[in-house]
Amino acid sequence: MPVAVTSEAVEEKVIETIVSFGGPEGEITRASTFEQLDVDSLDLVEIAQVIEEEFGIALKGDDVKDIKTVGEAIDLVVSRA
Amino acid sequence: MGRPVAITGVGAITPLGMGARTLFERWAAGQVGIVDGEAPCSDFDPVAALGPKTARRTDRFAQFALAASDEALTDAGWLAPPDTDSESTPSGSPQPTPPGGAKSAPDSLTYASDRIGCVIGTGIGGIGTIETQQDVLRDRGAKRVSALSVPLLMSNAAAGTVAMRHSLQGQSFGVVSACAAGAHAIGTAVRMIQAGDADAVVTGGSEAALTGLARAGFASMGATSELGVSRPFDARRDGFIMGEGAGILVLEDLESATARGARVLAVVRGYGASSDAFHLTAPEPEGRGAVRAIEAALADAGVAPEELDYVNAHGTSTPLNDRAETLALKTALGDAAFGVPVSSTKSAIGHLLGAAGAVEAIATVLALRERLAPPTLGFAEREDGLDLDYVPDSARPLGNGRPAIGMSNSFGFGGHNAVLVLEAT
Repeated sequence: MPVAVTSEAVEEKVIETIVSFGGPEGEITRASTFEQLDVDSLDLVEIAQVIEEEFGIALKGDDVKDIKTVGEAIDLVVSRA
Repeated sequence: MGRPVAITGVGAITPLGMGARTLFERWAAGQVGIVDGEAPCSDFDPVAALGPKTARRTDRFAQFALAASDEALTDAGWLAPPDTDSESTPSGSPQPTPPGGAKSAPDSLTYASDRIGCVIGTGIGGIGTIETQQDVLRDRGAKRVSALSVPLLMSNAAAGTVAMRHSLQGQSFGVVSACAAGAHAIGTAVRMIQAGDADAVVTGGSEAALTGLARAGFASMGATSELGVSRPFDARRDGFIMGEGAGILVLEDLESATARGARVLAVVRGYGASSDAFHLTAPEPEGRGAVRAIEAALADAGVAPEELDYVNAHGTSTPLNDRAETLALKTALGDAAFGVPVSSTKSAIGHLLGAAGAVEAIATVLALRERLAPPTLGFAEREDGLDLDYVPDSARPLGNGRPAIGMSNSFGFGGHNAVLVLEAT
């Protein structure tokens, strides 16, 4: 059963996933850019898979290709709920 | 013989531990890295060696190659010795790092980065990733298969990620020839330098195939030892022991290496390769393909059989290989075959498949430098016709004063044979 989509829940999941990729724990904010975090297009697809599994929201490659920041990613997921 | 090629750095991750010299010293001391019929690299911690980001984005076979490449480039003086833990902990303020987790900028290298190649062999590539993602596909569906699957599992991933890590922008590719891949990679790298296509090449082999499918496949064909013992050339041998790991070497044009004041470990005197064109897995029973490779390597080196001080055998501990290899040595070397010490690294670490040729070339280099032939461990019972000097029991001093010359044999399923002739400096 997918988890309810709130901005807080999505933020927590996205940050947790980036930390699991080796991102700096405790330092990731909505303003962090994926470039700063060394998250590339392959990592973004992995994050999208985690989001789909957790929240039941499917994102395609085209959806995420222009996303630059953690906040934009969270907003995109919430807007699709 | 073309332009002489120098070996200026070596690195290895093996079942005997971390480091090329650890491998040689422990093998020469009679230690064995085989536990319960298998030879894993138990001391290897990918996150500690490479950091969490690179570790997540690489299959184990590429992880071995990356870690061994750090050692080899440091050994060659291309990299400063590592800061403790700086790679393994996330930095306080996140900085973008080049893909592959690169730690060295091009200007820290000795040669123009586009004049440095990277050629790394493997038998299978990322088979651990293939099996894991096949499980995901079957159990959770296509949409859950990782986007990193293909870049992790591809057989050229070690070459690609090592090139990225060290900004090597010359020719780069993987070499695939089963258990000869490591030696083929080195030979290819030598030719690349001799042809003038590169001034230096980071080369070697890597394998991480201690997985369910590989284990079952080798067992089904009767290649691996049911008794769980590696004892090459012994009458009781019943198959090889699966191992894993990587060996990486830094090769440089000898003249350029000397000009930069590099410490030269050894010179690659010759390389020869051939194909049995006989059977998918069995060697040609008389070892004719191996003979052609040995003869070609000696001719390339300008070395006569009686000048060899040491032979590092392929010596898998399978009934067929060790007999065919012995016959091949006798045919190719003539009477000199009976006078040269022949030992097998696989007696200590099992069979590293596509990494074997590179790890064993490194072991040969160190044996020649130390003037010490490590033993074929476990060898005790002679078999009719297997009558060479296999260096039983303990290591044996080599030599007669001049720089020692040795040969390293590698033969792979598919009938691939690759032989290197090396000389210590």
